[in-house]
Amino acid sequence: MGESGYKNWQEKTLIPYIKKNPTRKEKFKTSSYLDVKDLYIDSDVENYEQNLGYPGQYPFTRGPYPTMYRGQFWTMRQYAGFGTAKESNERYKYLLRQGQTGLSVAFDLPTQIGYDSDSPMSEGEVGKVGVAIDTIDDMETLFRDIPLDKVSTSMTINATAFILLAMYIVVGKKQGVDKKLLRGTIQNDILKEYIARGTYIYPPKPSMRIITDIFDYCAKEVPKWNTISISGYHIREAGSTAVQEVAFTLADGIEYVKSAIEKGLNVDEFAGRLSFFFNAHNDILEEVAKFRAARRMWAKIMKERFKAKNEKSLMLRFHTQTGGSTLTAQQPENNIIRVTLQALAAVLGGTQSLHTNSMDEALALPTEKSVRIALRTQQIIAYESGVANVVDPLGGSYYIESLTDTIEKKAWEYINKIDELGGMVAAIEQGFVQKEIQESAYQYQMDIENKERIIVGVNSFQIEEEPPKDLLKVDPALRDEQIKNLQRVKSQRDNSKVLNNLKLLKEVAQSNENIMPVVIECVENYATLQEIADTLRQEFGEYKESVVI
Amino acid sequence: MSQSQEIQKLVDGVLNKKTRYIAKAISFVENSDYKTKKSFLKTIFSYTGKAKVVGITGSPGAGKSTITDKLIKAFRDDNKSVAVLATDPSSPFTKGALLGDRIRMQNHTTDPFVYVRSMASRGALGGLSETTKDALKVLDAAGFDIIIIETVGVGQNEIDIVKVADCVVLVFAPGFGDEIQAMKAGVMEIADIYVVNKADRDFSQKLFKEISDIVNLSQKQPKPPVLKTIATNTFKESSVESLKKEIVNYLDHIATSSHLAKKRQLFIESELIDTVTKIMIDKLLSNQNVKSFFDNKTIAQIYNKELNFYTIIDKIVEAI
Amino acid sequence: MQKVRILIAKPGLDGHDRGAKFVARALQEKGYEVIYTGIRQTPLQIALAAVQEDVDFVGLSLLSGAHNELFPKVVEELHNAGADDIIVFGGGVIPQSDIEFLKSKGIKAIFGPGTSIKTIVDFIENESKSRNSKIS
Repeated sequence: MGESGYKNWQEKTLIPYIKKNPTRKEKFKTSSYLDVKDLYIDSDVENYEQNLGYPGQYPFTRGPYPTMYRGQFWTMRQYAGFGTAKESNERYKYLLRQGQTGLSVAFDLPTQIGYDSDSPMSEGEVGKVGVAIDTIDDMETLFRDIPLDKVSTSMTINATAFILLAMYIVVGKKQGVDKKLLRGTIQNDILKEYIARGTYIYPPKPSMRIITDIFDYCAKEVPKWNTISISGYHIREAGSTAVQEVAFTLADGIEYVKSAIEKGLNVDEFAGRLSFFFNAHNDILEEVAKFRAARRMWAKIMKERFKAKNEKSLMLRFHTQTGGSTLTAQQPENNIIRVTLQALAAVLGGTQSLHTNSMDEALALPTEKSVRIALRTQQIIAYESGVANVVDPLGGSYYIESLTDTIEKKAWEYINKIDELGGMVAAIEQGFVQKEIQESAYQYQMDIENKERIIVGVNSFQIEEEPPKDLLKVDPALRDEQIKNLQRVKSQRDNSKVLNNLKLLKEVAQSNENIMPVVIECVENYATLQEIADTLRQEFGEYKESVVI
Repeated sequence: MSQSQEIQKLVDGVLNKKTRYIAKAISFVENSDYKTKKSFLKTIFSYTGKAKVVGITGSPGAGKSTITDKLIKAFRDDNKSVAVLATDPSSPFTKGALLGDRIRMQNHTTDPFVYVRSMASRGALGGLSETTKDALKVLDAAGFDIIIIETVGVGQNEIDIVKVADCVVLVFAPGFGDEIQAMKAGVMEIADIYVVNKADRDFSQKLFKEISDIVNLSQKQPKPPVLKTIATNTFKESSVESLKKEIVNYLDHIATSSHLAKKRQLFIESELIDTVTKIMIDKLLSNQNVKSFFDNKTIAQIYNKELNFYTIIDKIVEAI
Repeated sequence: MQKVRILIAKPGLDGHDRGAKFVARALQEKGYEVIYTGIRQTPLQIALAAVQEDVDFVGLSLLSGAHNELFPKVVEELHNAGADDIIVFGGGVIPQSDIEFLKSKGIKAIFGPGTSIKTIVDFIENESKSRNSKIS
């Protein structure tokens, strides 16, 4: 093959053909504006043999494990939670019966931002985007009849992750499960909250302190727990490109590792429990390349920058969610197809765990029926399509390898720039990261407005349609129910114990001590989420966004 | 309701510190030509002059809005009522504007003794809108103790603030490049107080020294102070207390000496010239005798050298 | 020169601001003066900001499902501040079945997922015209 063969083909075959049969567009680009050539051949990939590598071996481009899904499927982990702990508990038991293999908890916004259900800030929000948790009482209800030594639970919680983790540990204790056996993840990624998601409480410095306290505590006491899920999903949802998603996520990762090391932790002590969370977007081949580039880059970062020795520290393991922002309210059945393709991309890219969105999620939380279809999507890919029988099936494709290289190269440029700015925290304070995302988001949307980018059913192939029926609705009376329960718990607890615990928490916050033990005590004695969060608000202050439009 | 009744209603609302009326009055002076707003401004004139005006200027990104936010709190702690006019640029192409300063001050919105208004520059190039002075008069008449005016903040050309503010604060932050440019261009001389913000960053000490050196060479009396602040997105620290003190000291000082009176008279003189100039130009351009000189036919003839440019100028002057 | 001023706000705890920022920027490109309040605003903060800025329109963005509670609250606070003439519209994750309720509570229009910016601009242009003829 080679360059000369390619040129020959262009001259003799391609160009004459195009003269009579023009291509649809002048230039083709991926969803993230990377060029797509007319053909990919061997010379498009540098160091083909070396860079390819092997699964389970550094730099893990082809996968963290040598057998991948031939060993076990990815965890099918549908994010769920809404309303009261009791309703969510029902949904979790339903999903486990339907074959889901891990739990994923969604919390409502007040819980994520450290407000109890009776706070004025919680008006209209209680139980809407996830389950409302005010005290350990709610947490016990959430996991009733679910043995914590038998399931792994992922909790999408960030600013208040330390509180929810403490609650999970106490629930385990009450079930008789030692914390050394608990398996799961907390998202616990505050940097992306500042960038893209908005559920921060405290400013960066004290937030990093809390996060590294968790790394330290779990390394010793909860060794099977994944202490962070460094997230690119939300960055992508905020409108970034695939390159930016990788670059900013890994830059966040670098910042977390740096902070932990500065605190005095040994990198191999905690790095094996860092995990990642990516988006599976529309351009499926670009997504596959993106995942592979991320794995290769993180391995290099951990080995060269942080000198990690343990192999586990070098492996990027990740959870994927199909891109929520790609779902349309128009012709919602089309979303099933979108999600299928995106899920396929995640599997071809070697994800360790996967959430597939339901078709009605552009408008509401999913019904039982639509979440079942989303789960079946994963099961059909796993059991019927055959792709799980091959390790890194697209590896070696000229296009995929070339695209992996390109994404890696461009992502390094961003990481270097962020290093120049002084690291991720500095870059965020200066608004650099947000500005990059803003520009991409604006471009993406304008392309839709101009029909440069076609969204089927929205700016093309539209139909007249009736609004969808039977969407899930959260009962607004829920807030009152939750408040009543909260008042009951508060009246039955030992208030003097709680006050003492909170006082101790304040002192620990002011010192260098790890906050986790005292938070666990607070939680055990039925201190509320907000009482704990407010104690730290007084010590650490609250973060105000630096807005870039 | 007749026009004069409308105006009176507006005046009453402003003098009684009713927020909605203050807001409407500012829109009124922002959108109206001189003829329309003359009687309103005339009526409130005798109620103006009490408020102290502080100007905050400096490059975008230096932290002006955050400093303003913290200053509001500092003045409120002193029991002073505060109004803010925050200026942002209008797009020269679309004529629209994205006014984002308010975000950093939103927590004061429910304080009845604080009023924040965002103003678009609408084509004015000196850092303020052409109607900032009129909006200022409305807030003055409404009885605010302190009025803070934030300029657009693009550096070199931003000198309108000097004709409006009793005390001008110039904010720098390390890493924004144009601090050296500003010094070269002479913008430095406009300030009564200098601030190096984000003083916890690298290179802030270097910047502080550079600015202090230049200020030491200044002829101004009293010598303007150079301060360090860390006004950022955190809640706890706020070293703008020192800035507030310097502002208050400066305002007291110029009030007791005849300095403030001198400044205010310079403001009046400059505004008089500006306003009259504008009126005269409007009159000129609507004058029938003069209008014809500006039509396309005449311009084309000048271009083709059929008419002499300078002869036309003489003709226009004669016709006035 | 009369300029149409619009306040774009995010009430409640939802932090997803991609849509609000896009609309703010796109409206600026169409020549309007747009004030963006940032996230985590209470209905009272939004209403008082709207009054201080003397805007013609308030646009609310919300993706957390709290729209039935919070949007009418904003309208209520505007009413309390004597600013019934300010036109309120909204967008975000809002099922069509809630639109009638919201309209009955004083929200003039809801722009759901997939709305083009042209639709929003047309709405503002039309409403501005009839607004101008009402207010002297």
